Amino acid sequence: MNGDSVTPITEGLFTVAGGLVRLIGSQCARCGTVAFPRQFSCPKCTSVEVSERLLARRGTLWSWTIQCFPPKSPPYAADDPGAFEPYGVGYVELPGEVRVEARLTEADPGRLRIGMPMELTLVPAPSGEARGAVTYAFRPMTEEEQSER
Amino acid sequence: MSAEDVGIIGTGIYPFGRHPDVTGLQMAVAAARAALADAGVSWPEIDFAAGGSDAAGNADTSVAMLGLTGVPFVNVRNGCATGGSALTVAHAMLRAGSADLALVVGFDKHPPGAFNPEPEDWGLGRWYGETGLMLTTQFFAMKIQRYMSEHGISTATLAEVAAKAFRNGALNPNAWRRRSLTAQEILASKMVNHPLTQFMFCSPGEGATALVLARGARLRGSARPPVLLRSVALRTRSFGSFEVFSPSIALESGPSPTTVAAAAAFEAAGIGPADVDIAQVQDTESGAEVMHLAETGLCQHGEQEKLITSGATEIGGRLPVNTDGGCLANGEPIGASGLRQVHEVVLQLRGEAGERQVPGRPRVGFTHVYGAPGVSACAVLSR
Repeated sequence: MNGDSVTPITEGLFTVAGGLVRLIGSQCARCGTVAFPRQFSCPKCTSVEVSERLLARRGTLWSWTIQCFPPKSPPYAADDPGAFEPYGVGYVELPGEVRVEARLTEADPGRLRIGMPMELTLVPAPSGEARGAVTYAFRPMTEEEQSER
Repeated sequence: MSAEDVGIIGTGIYPFGRHPDVTGLQMAVAAARAALADAGVSWPEIDFAAGGSDAAGNADTSVAMLGLTGVPFVNVRNGCATGGSALTVAHAMLRAGSADLALVVGFDKHPPGAFNPEPEDWGLGRWYGETGLMLTTQFFAMKIQRYMSEHGISTATLAEVAAKAFRNGALNPNAWRRRSLTAQEILASKMVNHPLTQFMFCSPGEGATALVLARGARLRGSARPPVLLRSVALRTRSFGSFEVFSPSIALESGPSPTTVAAAAAFEAAGIGPADVDIAQVQDTESGAEVMHLAETGLCQHGEQEKLITSGATEIGGRLPVNTDGGCLANGEPIGASGLRQVHEVVLQLRGEAGERQVPGRPRVGFTHVYGAPGVSACAVLSR
């Protein structure tokens, strides 16, 4: 899923370069506040001197839940509610930057815990197989990956 | 009673639940007529009105049924704070001396199932809804999940909160859910969003509430024992708070709109949280009641578990909370919920709450609503 030729669910949310996905956030030039998705003014100090910033790919799970029922469509982009599979959702804290809300690749509550290391990845967007689009998600890091840090 | 005092002299409710053959506006009119009758006031005497719904139409359309008196009527649509916002506006008009008798009405009618808001209405891209992140239930689940790890709240306590709500609802003839459920039944119900099960969540529903507010001679001469509206405060979110529909949240933590609105309401009233005899707080789900108890200042963070398991928040306890069953037993018709809370406090302070009456003649009441995308309204009332 980390090829450079993927179709993002929308433009401006993330970018893929050299096989690595990065979220596109923003940072305030005046107070340093980081936000996601990209903002054009600072939610903290109100400055409009805000520029694009690619966010860190790794962080820790700040909170999570499992979405156990199919969300209504619209706005959810599922075309077959009967085929619904529960999915994980969480906030991942990117050190020194911001906490980002995302789908998680893990939907087993027994395998999620606050504080666990997570890495950014891409997954098929809901209805993605029909549309071929991908969206961002976080996945738990393996022990090997953690020991590399 | 001083010349500046504003009080509630009449209250009316249309039962919460499902009413397939009744429109939201019809419920609003029924509640308004009940409030007027309770106050002993006729509609043409009302010189200001405010109200709203989220999904059931414009409140001012009700004049077609109530009577075309030319009354200034402000429509409010402010999410879960719709009722609190209408109350804020009416309170300000009366305090300013711009009106003597005001009607406030909130109503709604939602289809079954979770809310499905449009991302664009909340300043978000289509992708946020398409990818399955636009659910209020997820927010509440993740907020309480984090809160439980920081403040030592157990899943058993979440079930106790819901069990209390349904116990209280069983005593309330206007509640939707009137069957008591045990903590075990609540824990065993279907998982919705970890750690919250089906019976820990309220459901979107239907209903209406109306209040008649008065000042000056109309307050002093009211037919019913007046309940003073000591303060109302409405706030949106501050930087660093964790709110519904947030694709990201700051690392730096800031006070929630609930914390800021509650502090402002208590300060304006000159009454502190320790003086509160009865409280109604937003319980969209069990965890929300737990967190809001501390955010409003009614207890310390982490103190809830002891407070709830000791029975302090029960009808006979030191601080009865959501005595009418709250959102959990009444459902959530967005526009009506905030005023339902005030309605309940008025009945309790008058001593007219029937089977669920709090003993010991409560004197000070507090109400709190919270909703997307981070808005809260709080009120302090006393007799």
